Amino acid sequence: MQGIQMDLVSEDRLAKMPPVEKIRFIIDEVKSGKILVLEKGLTPEEEATLIEMTMTQIQPDDFAGIEMESYPSQTDGSFLGKLFKKTPVRTRLTVIGPANKLKTLKKDRDMISALVSNK
Amino acid sequence: MGVIRLFRKNFSDFFKKLFNKKNARIGIYGPPNAGKTTLANRILRDWTGDAMGSVSHIAHETRRARRREGVTIKSNGGSISLDIIDTPGLATKIDFHEFMELGMDEAESKRRAKEATEGVIEAVKWLENLDGVILVMDATEDPYTQVNVTVIGNMEARSLPLLIVANKVDLPESAPSTIRDAFPQHPMVAISALEGKNIDTFYDEIAKRFG
Repeated sequence: MQGIQMDLVSEDRLAKMPPVEKIRFIIDEVKSGKILVLEKGLTPEEEATLIEMTMTQIQPDDFAGIEMESYPSQTDGSFLGKLFKKTPVRTRLTVIGPANKLKTLKKDRDMISALVSNK
Repeated sequence: MGVIRLFRKNFSDFFKKLFNKKNARIGIYGPPNAGKTTLANRILRDWTGDAMGSVSHIAHETRRARRREGVTIKSNGGSISLDIIDTPGLATKIDFHEFMELGMDEAESKRRAKEATEGVIEAVKWLENLDGVILVMDATEDPYTQVNVTVIGNMEARSLPLLIVANKVDLPESAPSTIRDAFPQHPMVAISALEGKNIDTFYDEIAKRFG
């Protein structure tokens, strides 16, 4: 049966991974054609790293990149949090998939919509 | 980044903000073809008589970050000196076929795609070195289909001042209000970098936001 695999990845699974391993896991899974829904989501810093690493992986006729969307993370608004720019307290769901299969990924205030192509 | 370096950087940022130092490194960010280089050229022509780089309808025309130091902008009786950095367009995907559709041969398209990927990496790395961001968005496009949400999340996480520019309001299909509605937490100014429409308001906002 032909289809597209969508994996819902638990917070616990990614929490065990160091940051680099987490990004590597995501890219490997997406390069293999899967769409990932991350329960905890990615921090903005992790998203930036993911974009950087994705760019190093792009290959003509093989991998054109990713589509990605997240709900905004909630940041620490305390004085010390602002002074030391602590990482956000809580991140929320992220959807990531291969650009050639995830045709559109749109976010409204409280919903992420994905149009998936099986071509 | 090491703990000591992070500590020193954050204290440096804190004191810079405390004493309101009027010299800031401002990056011009946004998706490909939003008009970043057109805006950079407009700023430089207005305040230095010079230009930053060539513009094109082809995405990823700017493939290396370009920096111009000490651009002094005067507004409302005050002045601010900026280092302007025009960055390559941020994207999460680059397909060489899109360059071929614009008439380039396959070899040239692949070469351009490779340079564009390097440009995106460079643009992401520049985020570490900025005091503020001008985020240029195409007002004729759906704000949610541009990469801006990720970029805005990054700016917010780094506590960087952000000014959103809804560009291309000279085009009849532009709808800057959709951008304002999408990101109500940040100041926005609607302009045409190409025609200079509303550009004085833009300079006022720069002085207010980064001065």
